[in-house]
Amino acid sequence: MTRDPLDDLKSALHSATPRPDPARRAATLRAAATEFSQENSLTRQGSADAPRPTPDRPAKWGLIAGVKQMLATLPARGALTATTALAAVGLIVLVPALQDGPPSPIRPSTEQIVEAVKDAPDVVPPVHLDLALEAPAMAPVTSRSAKSRIAATQTFAGGANAPAYDATRDPALQKQPENTEAFPEADPNPVKVTTDDPVSTFSVDVDTASYGVIRSSLMAGVLPPRDAVRIEEMVNYFPYLYPAPTDGAAFSTHVSTLQTPWNDGTQLVHIGIQGALPAVEDRPPLNLVFLIDTSGSMQDADKLPLLKQSFRLMLSQLRPEDEVAIVAYAGSAGTILKPTAASERSTILTAIDALQAGGSTAGQQGLELAYAKAEEMSAEGEVSRVILATDGDFNVGLSSPRAMEQFISDKRDSGTYLSVLGFGRGNLDDATMQALAQNGNGTAAYIDTLQEAQKVLVDQLTGALFPIADDVKIQVEFNPAQIAEYRLIGYETRILNREDFNNDKVDAGDIGAGHSVTAIYEVVPVGSGARLTDDLRYAAPASASDVQTDEWGYLKLRHKAPGASTSTLIETPITAESDARLGGETAFAAAIAGFGQVLRGSVHTGDWGFGDAIALASGAIGDDPFGYRAEAVRLMRLAQSLAN
Amino acid sequence: MRMTTDLDQLARAAARGDEAAFAALTDRIYDRTFGLCFRLTGSRAEAEDLTHDLLIALPRKLPLYRGQSRFTTWLYRVTLNAAHDHRRKQATRARAHDGWGDVELMRRAEAAQRADEADWLTTAMRALPDDLRDTLALTLDDATHAEAAQVLGISEGTVSWRLSEARKRLRAIMEDTQ
Repeated sequence: MTRDPLDDLKSALHSATPRPDPARRAATLRAAATEFSQENSLTRQGSADAPRPTPDRPAKWGLIAGVKQMLATLPARGALTATTALAAVGLIVLVPALQDGPPSPIRPSTEQIVEAVKDAPDVVPPVHLDLALEAPAMAPVTSRSAKSRIAATQTFAGGANAPAYDATRDPALQKQPENTEAFPEADPNPVKVTTDDPVSTFSVDVDTASYGVIRSSLMAGVLPPRDAVRIEEMVNYFPYLYPAPTDGAAFSTHVSTLQTPWNDGTQLVHIGIQGALPAVEDRPPLNLVFLIDTSGSMQDADKLPLLKQSFRLMLSQLRPEDEVAIVAYAGSAGTILKPTAASERSTILTAIDALQAGGSTAGQQGLELAYAKAEEMSAEGEVSRVILATDGDFNVGLSSPRAMEQFISDKRDSGTYLSVLGFGRGNLDDATMQALAQNGNGTAAYIDTLQEAQKVLVDQLTGALFPIADDVKIQVEFNPAQIAEYRLIGYETRILNREDFNNDKVDAGDIGAGHSVTAIYEVVPVGSGARLTDDLRYAAPASASDVQTDEWGYLKLRHKAPGASTSTLIETPITAESDARLGGETAFAAAIAGFGQVLRGSVHTGDWGFGDAIALASGAIGDDPFGYRAEAVRLMRLAQSLAN
Repeated sequence: MRMTTDLDQLARAAARGDEAAFAALTDRIYDRTFGLCFRLTGSRAEAEDLTHDLLIALPRKLPLYRGQSRFTTWLYRVTLNAAHDHRRKQATRARAHDGWGDVELMRRAEAAQRADEADWLTTAMRALPDDLRDTLALTLDDATHAEAAQVLGISEGTVSWRLSEARKRLRAIMEDTQ
């Protein structure tokens, strides 16, 4: 029995201390803020603007501040490595505090300690995380001076009963909230052998959330989690100059082939679909229900405040006959703004400004209320849409995400569309967002900056909010006489069964006004040295003579007019020709697809890396009025530095 | 960047009337204040109420913080005083130590081991007089001995003495239970 009872008490106290209730926490913080502004308006009227606190590092407690900041910028697994380093560093700081008996006369001075640990947070700069993870033994101490000081201090302070410092117990290190992001898990589409499985079927996807998440990760100095990379959403983030449909068609299809940048022996089949953009004046009146997550976690600057700014931007795009309602959900759901004509701007703006974060999330209740509002507002010839804005918490309350999906699927038939806007990082439930938007005939976008809000809610408002075709499905049949193997790049979460294509009951993605959708196949022509599979010895040889055609395959596309229940079919043969009009567009799409595969660590890109993607994309920037493509190149460069 | 600003600077800016600084300050001190309140009272509900009262009183009290000591030290003292006031109020209602016997605590401790631990903790904390418990609540978490001494208005040596006294009593309790 040599254990120190104080240690036991400490650990018991720690495990007994409950986590603060977020609702209570938010309420208290709000009350304090109110108190503060009242107090100030009474006593401090007319005082000059206080200077902003400067971010310089103070002499004392600089360590903790630095450590916290570092933890805040590290991803969870990075933080894990860094805390290993901090455990060593923390030892010298905290051991004197926990020491038994009177303070030792030869305790190192504060200056010494601060000096010793000053360099420590820099030991594991965020950029080198992966390196540090691979060699954890190297991580804690790389600075020789720090090492010797740590050794020296340990000799001073390391009394026989000095308790071991446990980094996981240190509240300063625990401040970092747990990362609870969830991304859908989907294995990349496998290579298919044309003779075995000539037909590939999938649903279009016009979401862009994945690109936003990747950008936010890269800008924070880390490579995105692999499951966050959905290549089709990256490719479809960018507008492409596909020729617009003519004579009243809902959309035009463009098929082109090009040499695969990352494999000399294969070709890419590039399928581009361009939706018609009806004159903006002709669009039907719009009923929008903003369903806003106001749970406590939404208070960060990149969440609720950004959301408010985004909606303000969007409001300027609405027309007087459009209607807006706002439903907030936190703790309990409530209507913040009754259906109001968009012409009453000040009423709507006041309601948006009054939104405050606090409480836990009741997604289901909010959804029910929002759909009820949308139904109440809808009239013949109008488009109703629920716009859900959240940082990821949907599932507090009665229901599982699955039940919510079910609910949304049911509501889908009532003609109300759903869009999901994701805000903030740390708790982003990408998987649920994606599933909800897919089931609700909608799109999912991730808003990380005001520019992104402008792209999604202003520039592409018409496309984002006005569907021109529902349940758009694509089926490609490859010709075994020409194509030995094929592989669909991306669309993992959108694959349909072969029989689903002709079944109009099966839901698929929708295309909005002016949207373009791009899908890319990598195909291996018959006789190419790049084949990954061998011919079967005992199977009947492919009867090339039966199909006397040099077509590579046949593209079929089904879509429904908005609200219609039966689909129409569009068919186009795929040939070896490349469409010269699309030159730069296909090259840029290929560069993005390649970039996505490298981010996912694909086995198909071989030695082709970020550098090649940068070269290919920079050469295909073309007319880039909003700078989206230039930004993509910058992100590729960032990824390149981060990966090295 | 607000993130890198330390609490002392935030507190001074808030005392000058910077609303954003005040919001950042309260956001950052909430969890630790709640934790300390819990360790002082032993009850979640009381800790929540105490933290609430403290934070809404902060706008009036902040001008008194002149930056001679670290803000955390100052905050510990304010928290401790509030806890003492609270305790006195409770004592008049004759349920001084109720907190550490709260059923809430027992209910949360579902796992057998944690139940044991919480049980032991309740017994231990109840057995300690207020001054030892306060010293423990402060030093076992964030505060250094010097800081605790400053907060409690006693010498550093007294802090050490109190801790060894607490250790003795805890050991006695442990031997009792075994």
